[in-house]
Amino acid sequence: MYSDLIIDLSKNPLNKRIIKQATNTHSGANITCGDHVRMYVLLNKDNKISDCSFEGEGCAICIATSSLITEYAKNKSVAEVLSWTEQNIFEFLEAEIGASRIKCALLPLEVIHGALKEK
Amino acid sequence: MSLSKDTIREEFSLLKKHPTLHYLDSAATSLKPQCVIDAMNEYYAEYSSNVHRGLYDLSERATTAYEEARKTVAKFINAKSEREIIFTSGTTHSINLVALGWARHVLKQGDEIIIPLLEHHSNMVPWQMLAKEIGAKIVYWEPRKDGTLDPTDINKYLSRSTKLLAITHISNVLGTLTPLKQIIQKAFSCGVKVLVDAAQSVSRIPIDVQLLDCDFLAFSGHKAYGPTGIGVLYVKEKHYDNMKPVFGGGGMIREVTTAHTTFNDTPHKFEAGTPPIAEAIGLARALQFIKKLGLSAIHSHEKALTNLCLKELNIIEGIKIIGPAKENLHESIISFTINGVHAHDIATLLNEKNIAVRAGHHCCMPLMKWLGVAATTRASFGIYNTEDDVYALADGIKNVRKTFKL
Repeated sequence: MYSDLIIDLSKNPLNKRIIKQATNTHSGANITCGDHVRMYVLLNKDNKISDCSFEGEGCAICIATSSLITEYAKNKSVAEVLSWTEQNIFEFLEAEIGASRIKCALLPLEVIHGALKEK
Repeated sequence: MSLSKDTIREEFSLLKKHPTLHYLDSAATSLKPQCVIDAMNEYYAEYSSNVHRGLYDLSERATTAYEEARKTVAKFINAKSEREIIFTSGTTHSINLVALGWARHVLKQGDEIIIPLLEHHSNMVPWQMLAKEIGAKIVYWEPRKDGTLDPTDINKYLSRSTKLLAITHISNVLGTLTPLKQIIQKAFSCGVKVLVDAAQSVSRIPIDVQLLDCDFLAFSGHKAYGPTGIGVLYVKEKHYDNMKPVFGGGGMIREVTTAHTTFNDTPHKFEAGTPPIAEAIGLARALQFIKKLGLSAIHSHEKALTNLCLKELNIIEGIKIIGPAKENLHESIISFTINGVHAHDIATLLNEKNIAVRAGHHCCMPLMKWLGVAATTRASFGIYNTEDDVYALADGIKNVRKTFKL
């Protein structure tokens, strides 16, 4: 499960910054493990994601997933990102995450979905 | 029976089934020796029937076994009488029973309950719920910097309004042992009643409730080599006068009319419904198992492993022991963090090496906040653990650091 991709992204995350002019933001947390993520999305006039980032703390799975989601979401339509499921996350991570840790990978997905559903 | 590696591990069929497992999560639940499983199976296979009031041989046998189990528990903690032993479903149930059955009728608005910040949620949430209901106040006892409780510190928290101290015997996060005797003496001198959470201590520290002179003491079966679903509440007999049943139903009554119910004698009036019969029998067998091994032998075995583990972990770079760093101050529990690695990643990577530990807040969120950590990884020992388990953990942690390129 702990591939170089996951370890490297957890140590040097992508898009871990605040977008001041974000059009949509949303936060979420896994209370039991102390992970918390806030997503920033900048939508353009065509309802496409022109920029995406995150802030937060968490385990390697959570931070790597946040990195990859924010990276793959760029230039995608809102509808496409909203259609992502855990299968897409496994493809991004190039690994399947087992039942005991799936919550860590799904938190960033839930948070970006929450951001995109905000009016 | 001795604590030699070969003989003791033979008693635990789970370890025979998983010979490469390093089980370091006994603080969450201990493994069960075969004699406990056999005792419960014997009840189910040979004399499974309901207790009390059955006018046939099997029920009489079940009743005798269940009530003998109560006597075994009473003797184990040196209660004056088996009437002081209530069977519950676990420590949580036991503490809630004190909150709802006793404190709710004795404490009044403005009264204070002292709770150390170390407490497990099971010895905090019931008091918060009760305090809210009756208008009582919770006073939190802050430990010393290393997480230990100093008896002299209680003076800061005691007031004329203090009515109860609810305190753990061993912290389930730090593994520190509470100096109960001195603390209870101080509490008593101010007329404060004391409830002891003995969930982590009953299987390793001798408990004499008469010597401690505590008012209530709670523990679970499953952390003491017994089954899940059974716990014990010791109640100093005089407190029964102010204690009322929380659950009504079968078994706890003497007579019921459409207008009125009279209750059974203590402790039965606090055990509504069919009790955990097999579990009580299993618990009694577990306590006999502990007694046969000897608490002092168990304690010195676990202490040696804990001290070895502290020594091994302390030399690994980037590791931080939570609580006292010194040897001898941990009772079979060690919590730690590794710089740059989340506790859940540590636990998952250790699992890949067949090492079972726990990671998270360990049901102690206020303590975690006080410690300034989101989560810790916890290794805890039982009588079946060996030096091999300690070395496997140390190697496993080194592998975690390697995986994380530290």
